[in-house]
Amino acid sequence: MRAVCYHGKEDIRVDDVPDPEILNPRDAIVRITATAICGSDLHIYGGYIPTMQSGDVLGHEFMGEVVEVGKDNHKLKVGDRVVVPFTIACGHCFFCKEQMWSLCDNSNPNAWMAEKLYGYSASGLFGYSHMYGGYPGGQAEFVRVPFADVGPLKVPVSLSDEQVLFLSDIFPTGYMAAENCQIKPGDTVAVWGCGPVGQFAIQSAWMLGAERVVAIDRFPERLALARNNGRAEVLNYADVDVSDALREMTGGQGPDACIDAVGLESHGTTLDAWYDRAKTTMYLATDRPHALREAISCCRKGGVVSIPGVYGGWLDKFPLGAAFAKGLTLKMGQTHMHKYMPILLDRIERGDIDPSFIVTHRVTLEDAPRMYQTFREKRDACVKVVMRPS
Amino acid sequence: MKIADYSISDADRIGSLAAGTVLVAYGLSRRSAGGVWLAAAAAPFVYRGIVGDWPRPNGMGVRGDTRTALAGGRGVHVRESIRLEMPIDEVYRFWRRLENLPRFMSHLASVTDLGNGRSHWVARGPANLKVEWDAEIINDVANKVIGWRSLPGSDIVTAGSVTFSNARSAQSTQVSVNLQYEPPAGRAGSFVAIVAGREPSQTIREDLRRVKQVLEAGEVPRATPQATAERAS
Repeated sequence: MRAVCYHGKEDIRVDDVPDPEILNPRDAIVRITATAICGSDLHIYGGYIPTMQSGDVLGHEFMGEVVEVGKDNHKLKVGDRVVVPFTIACGHCFFCKEQMWSLCDNSNPNAWMAEKLYGYSASGLFGYSHMYGGYPGGQAEFVRVPFADVGPLKVPVSLSDEQVLFLSDIFPTGYMAAENCQIKPGDTVAVWGCGPVGQFAIQSAWMLGAERVVAIDRFPERLALARNNGRAEVLNYADVDVSDALREMTGGQGPDACIDAVGLESHGTTLDAWYDRAKTTMYLATDRPHALREAISCCRKGGVVSIPGVYGGWLDKFPLGAAFAKGLTLKMGQTHMHKYMPILLDRIERGDIDPSFIVTHRVTLEDAPRMYQTFREKRDACVKVVMRPS
Repeated sequence: MKIADYSISDADRIGSLAAGTVLVAYGLSRRSAGGVWLAAAAAPFVYRGIVGDWPRPNGMGVRGDTRTALAGGRGVHVRESIRLEMPIDEVYRFWRRLENLPRFMSHLASVTDLGNGRSHWVARGPANLKVEWDAEIINDVANKVIGWRSLPGSDIVTAGSVTFSNARSAQSTQVSVNLQYEPPAGRAGSFVAIVAGREPSQTIREDLRRVKQVLEAGEVPRATPQATAERAS
């Protein structure tokens, strides 16, 4: 089959690779009908993710049609149309039972790698390095889905691929970011970063009852999308001092909740081969967590800072003193996909939101190398790329 | 570790340590099979530099008796524990059926129940060496503990226990493994195993992770091998 493969920093190729096969009893094989490039795929593209290997199949936002199921999978049948969550969860461990699906104990075959880095391992992920399991991703014609009796969500034919595809990651991720804000009537929510996750965080903040939503970015097309589609008040940080502006907009009190949808290049090491990369992270860390520092600084006393943006390593000059002095609550982590997907499918079916508003580029799988570049450089007003196998 | 009896001179010891360390570091830095062999070959020099004697098997002449071979600080001692979302009796029953153990203990080829609390164990050691031993269960309290020791005449001298206890208001079960063994090549054997990347507590830890995966998820997670074979594990 054809698949989008990593071959090194800024070296993405579409290769012929073997078709996936059922390996475990609860597996399913899905024929991909639509797949997207995620902002976090750009961290891989930039060569920042440790334990990526040449030939790894990329992609963790995908959907399609079930073509084969394992013998112990009694939930899916051939022909089902499904969206697959980017986190892989067993459904039976303590964390799955407690609805903390992205922290599943049993889905990462290489848990020892993540344990060396973080103390404990979170769930396995599709197409996102060997430290997260080494699972081939879904930017391909077919994908093997482990624990497919708990992950994939069946979607009705009345909805198009583009309306449901983003249930695989960015819509639930934006929604959980807003839910973590514990929004109460009258609240103002400020969102740093108007990429796809930021756009869904804006939409979700409205759904969860925010009175005002402020969006912060520097790309005009993204601010325009936040204003026109997201109905947010917008701040271009290239033109205004965000801290001053937020203070003025909120009568000197500050936003009740702040969302960092920017993140940092994911990183880390304990194995000595990764150590040099960690030092690189330290260098970047003096520069890149600017959005998070600003969010902590701008947030009102007793407010919430919610972090859907990806962080991986050690942060330099993290203003914990400000967070402590103001009694802030910090909420973060990978999205508990399995919990949010059914709720948000319901929202889409009811017409509360049509997630396809985010799509700017529709291409085939063969265009992947060019589109990674376009997306990374934010050329051609690129916000979201959807690819289909040709 | 017994040191005093065969002390060598400080100069000799420092020389051994320096030469051994350089060779081990060089060997490992090669990241190749040859490099690992070089490191393994040089490891006894490091041992000699630290301990003051060449590594030699413990308890020579009394091999086979667990009380002698594993008394005091002798042998390798490993403790690891894990928590499962399963009723305690199910976890105990799974473990008590010894034939199940190779399903999650990667170094075991087979365990055969010989009856009367006795069993025959076959393991694969370093360099695919086959290691066999007979063991007897010396303690068995349902849903609480299983204890065992190897019988005289075995390739390996080992004793251990696994205890089962309730956790989180009896919703979870905690399994603790306590394992002692004297490997065929004595303590230096495990030293070489550590240098070559197979540290015993990590092995037991991975075994416990697999028993949790088998019992909770019903399967051990596996990723489809990709174009480049897994190098790390």
